[in-house]
Amino acid sequence: MRPISYTRATDVASAITTVSADPQRAFLAGGTTEIDLLRLNVVQPSGLVDINLLPLKQIEELADGGLRIGALARMSDVAQAPAVAERFPMIAQALVLGASPQLRHMASMGGNLLQRVRCSYFRDTHSPCNKREPGSGCAALEGINRGHAILGTSEQCIATHPSDLAVALVALDAIVHTEGPKGKRAIAIDDFFLLPGDTPYREHPLDHGELIVAIEIPVLPFARRSFYIKVRDRSSYEFALVSIATALRIEGGVISEVRLALGGVATKPWRARRAEQILVGAPAERASFVQAAREELAAAVPRRFNAFKVELAERTIVRALETATMMGGTA
Amino acid sequence: MTMKERTHALRMLGPEPVEITLHINGHVSPLLLDPRTSLLDALREHLNLTGTKKGCDQGTCGACTVWIDRRRVLACLTLAITCEGHEVTTIEDLAQGTELHPMQRAFLAHDAFQCGYCTPGQIMSAVALLEEGHASSDAEISEWMSGNLCRCAAYPNIRAAIREVRDAGGGNHHAAD
Repeated sequence: MRPISYTRATDVASAITTVSADPQRAFLAGGTTEIDLLRLNVVQPSGLVDINLLPLKQIEELADGGLRIGALARMSDVAQAPAVAERFPMIAQALVLGASPQLRHMASMGGNLLQRVRCSYFRDTHSPCNKREPGSGCAALEGINRGHAILGTSEQCIATHPSDLAVALVALDAIVHTEGPKGKRAIAIDDFFLLPGDTPYREHPLDHGELIVAIEIPVLPFARRSFYIKVRDRSSYEFALVSIATALRIEGGVISEVRLALGGVATKPWRARRAEQILVGAPAERASFVQAAREELAAAVPRRFNAFKVELAERTIVRALETATMMGGTA
Repeated sequence: MTMKERTHALRMLGPEPVEITLHINGHVSPLLLDPRTSLLDALREHLNLTGTKKGCDQGTCGACTVWIDRRRVLACLTLAITCEGHEVTTIEDLAQGTELHPMQRAFLAHDAFQCGYCTPGQIMSAVALLEEGHASSDAEISEWMSGNLCRCAAYPNIRAAIREVRDAGGGNHHAAD
């Protein structure tokens, strides 16, 4: 770990100015990814601007039924906030199924979106990795790729996006609010996560010095019966092999609205838009779910060790939609 | 209007050692620390508080669990310099004088360890677990203790110790919500 300088910001504007002043500076929030990667020399900022004192921790209940969650609210606090559990249970569930209790006390909502991939080749500075060292190659393509992605991959990178929270947020069309050297902007969550393509080192559209200040979740009444399911190698404290965030609205036995997003299988939190197209207007029954799952996974590019994820994802989608239907998707 | 027109960049401290003040176990501790120093290394190498253990040093094992402002966190992924202005509590502060904390007594009574290396972290986590209210069943205890690994696999005995303290009414004279 190279030497670092440090300062503690107490207002958003000076935090942004201080990071913007030097391309080698970075914000420090919960630190659960950043300190780890600093120690591994995977990221090497020369200065950290501690933003933990910024007033960005509130969970605001919007009058129309939405929520606005401060970027520095901790995962554990958001998970147990009654308004989150009532309005968007899939968010509370995704949070509680992520990391460990200690890490959830530390990790912030904004930091969760910016966490880095857990690809072991990305973390190992002796391995080629196009994300860490552009142009060096991808060791995962022919390597130990059991945990890697089957959707949204490229020949440059197949690292799985690790966040559970982000899967729920993508299903809910959340909005990421930022402030930066060029002012404020709002970014649709699906545009916030970039596919690796030929530029796997670009993971999000933020400028240097641009800070996430809040995450807004627009009102979605039928999300009150939404849920998140996570399939993994051990029952706790493990990343997803497949996860699903879903909400259904059923009228007269027919699906009228659906949200479906996948985690653990793609290079970004994956909104299953093809499956959603098939499901809307279809009878809420197993045959529809199976067809939707198959068509969503038709584009999958499995590798040597992760081919099992195709069937696992299909089965988990079907199970999630059956569960959502039993929970009474009628609005 | 850009941010730069309105504000100045803050003065950076370091990278040479920086004078900081930590509040640990009710004591004020002035320290001269490299800004890179983790809270875990500050405790063990600078303050001789070696009860908190270094297992993985990368946030996966839970051996370094301490409380910051009464919440259980990982000392290995926390920079010491970020703890200024916060109250840090370690395993050394759990006993009151020579009287062990009820969770420490329960770990002894239930043989809830073998090599003992993960035990300080387990106990700090377990006391916080009861305060958080996530110990109603064995399944819930397992889920909410999953951040503390025990390579000797003393898990059944750890759960038994936690159940005993839970059923005795907690005895949490230190942790708060």
